[in-house]
Amino acid sequence: MSFLLEARGMVAGYGELTILHGCDITVEPGRISVVVGANGAGKSTAMKAIFGLLPLREGRVEFDGRDVTGFTPQQLVKAGMGYVPQVSNVFPSLSVEENLEMGAFLAPQKVAPGLERVYGIFPVLREKRRQPAGQLSGGQRQMVAVGRALMMDPRLLMLDEPTAGVSPKVMGDIFDIIEKVNESDVGVLMVEQNARQALAIADTGFVLQTGTNLYTDSGEALLADPEVVRSFLGGKT
Amino acid sequence: MEFVDWLNASVYLFNKGLLNAAKIGSIYALGAVGITLVFGILRFAHFAHGDMMTFGAMVALGGTVLLREAGINLHPVPTGLLALPLAAAATILLAIFVDKNVYAHFRARRSPPVVFVMTSIGVTFVLQGVVRLIGGTGDRQFFFVVEHAGQRIREDKERWIVNFQWLRDHFEGFRENLVITAPQLWLFIFTAVALVCLHYFLTRTRTGKAMRAVSDNEDLARISGIDVGRMVSVTWIIAATLCAIAGTLLAMDTQYKPILAFSILLPMFAAAIIGGIGKPFGAVLGGFIVGAAETFAVFDWRPVAGRLFESVDMTQSMALVPAEYKLAVPFVILVLVLVWRPTGLFKGQVL
Repeated sequence: MSFLLEARGMVAGYGELTILHGCDITVEPGRISVVVGANGAGKSTAMKAIFGLLPLREGRVEFDGRDVTGFTPQQLVKAGMGYVPQVSNVFPSLSVEENLEMGAFLAPQKVAPGLERVYGIFPVLREKRRQPAGQLSGGQRQMVAVGRALMMDPRLLMLDEPTAGVSPKVMGDIFDIIEKVNESDVGVLMVEQNARQALAIADTGFVLQTGTNLYTDSGEALLADPEVVRSFLGGKT
Repeated sequence: MEFVDWLNASVYLFNKGLLNAAKIGSIYALGAVGITLVFGILRFAHFAHGDMMTFGAMVALGGTVLLREAGINLHPVPTGLLALPLAAAATILLAIFVDKNVYAHFRARRSPPVVFVMTSIGVTFVLQGVVRLIGGTGDRQFFFVVEHAGQRIREDKERWIVNFQWLRDHFEGFRENLVITAPQLWLFIFTAVALVCLHYFLTRTRTGKAMRAVSDNEDLARISGIDVGRMVSVTWIIAATLCAIAGTLLAMDTQYKPILAFSILLPMFAAAIIGGIGKPFGAVLGGFIVGAAETFAVFDWRPVAGRLFESVDMTQSMALVPAEYKLAVPFVILVLVLVWRPTGLFKGQVL
């Protein structure tokens, strides 16, 4: 099987503290992978390590058949990854359109086609393109954040807890956004607190515990596994 | 009190009040924009800003002397302005030199903002020494006599007088002139052009937008592939250019002295905070607010009142506050704004 993203045996942490102890994460082309787990399991750390925001001590990351271990975020953006941070993921005083333009800062020739593509996915952003992003509602702000990451036409979109701290209605909107992006054949790697909804749209799910893989299976299978449900999802299937 | 008295009083007020307010407001605006840009990108209060202005004025003065020795002039453009490109270039070099050798060191160590503030105070003292070493400790006039079309012209005495002939013809008793001196006029022109260019740069160019993006959210800017180090250099180039313009024109309007701009550092900071830290056009507005408040707080209304009413006691000053308290006025405004709207008029960052 060929993977779009294949991260194997990742070991990483902050200072003395090691958080990831040999964890594997993969995404197939055009599919959705979801990473779930308890607080402190190393979900966000794994994302940061893949995106070059945190140095890997051991392990290897391959993207699109290339070894990208040790690449900087800029190099990864050029290689075709888009990353949406968990918090402060827009430029609040810049207009919606300027936010999107910054997404293609490395490749000015991609601004015009990128804007068309993002406005095609999120028509509401075209109407609000002159508004400062800081004045938008939570859901629309996430659209800007995702849109910014889509400007370079990435093959993989990485989202770090996109529904953290939003209302249930906006949460539903965000999952719609993600499925919509995925329809245009972009692979998605997402870390989620709301494991149940996230696994429902996942092709592959990774359950992490203390920085290692506990379970890896299709989203459907994980939701059907009584052990996973009892330990990580709460309640019954 | 007749209509013509109102005309006389209005022209007087415009001449002696508003023009002065706009003049000092322009200087504050040019300085405060630089302070706010540096804060937005580098995230520290740059206390050496005033002395960067003085440095620019000093280089312009040196250039002017050289030009005069060489007998070069482009009357009616003041010779000081011909030296402005040199002053701007020197100030840019100074700013980049200090950044690479001083601030970059602390950036690499990720020092807290207070370290940068203290460092910039150190830079200010060093600059004051440098300025005195090169430019001398005394006051100097930007004073030139140029030969033009066979005439000897004192540039600092150049002025444009509007005498409102139409009003004189139609209203008996109208006797005011509007007097604009050459340095004032050039200051207004330069301020307007500089601010329009800055607005265009920040809102229409890729680099300008990226600068605002770094100011908004530095981490996200990095992830987007924006070279933050390059934006830091661009910020210094803009701030230094504005410093050179403001310092030179301030010195031309009054005179060059080693504490030329250090003495207005605090009002410029007040202007930047009033406008909202990190908001360039807030800083412009703040600059004009502080300039107007300062001018009109110590403005003596006697001549205005005297033009309107017969029975005015001309022996007592009619200023709101005595002139000695001029420096306190910006801080009263600053306190009021911080109480009423802590993020400044344009919703800037919180200090």
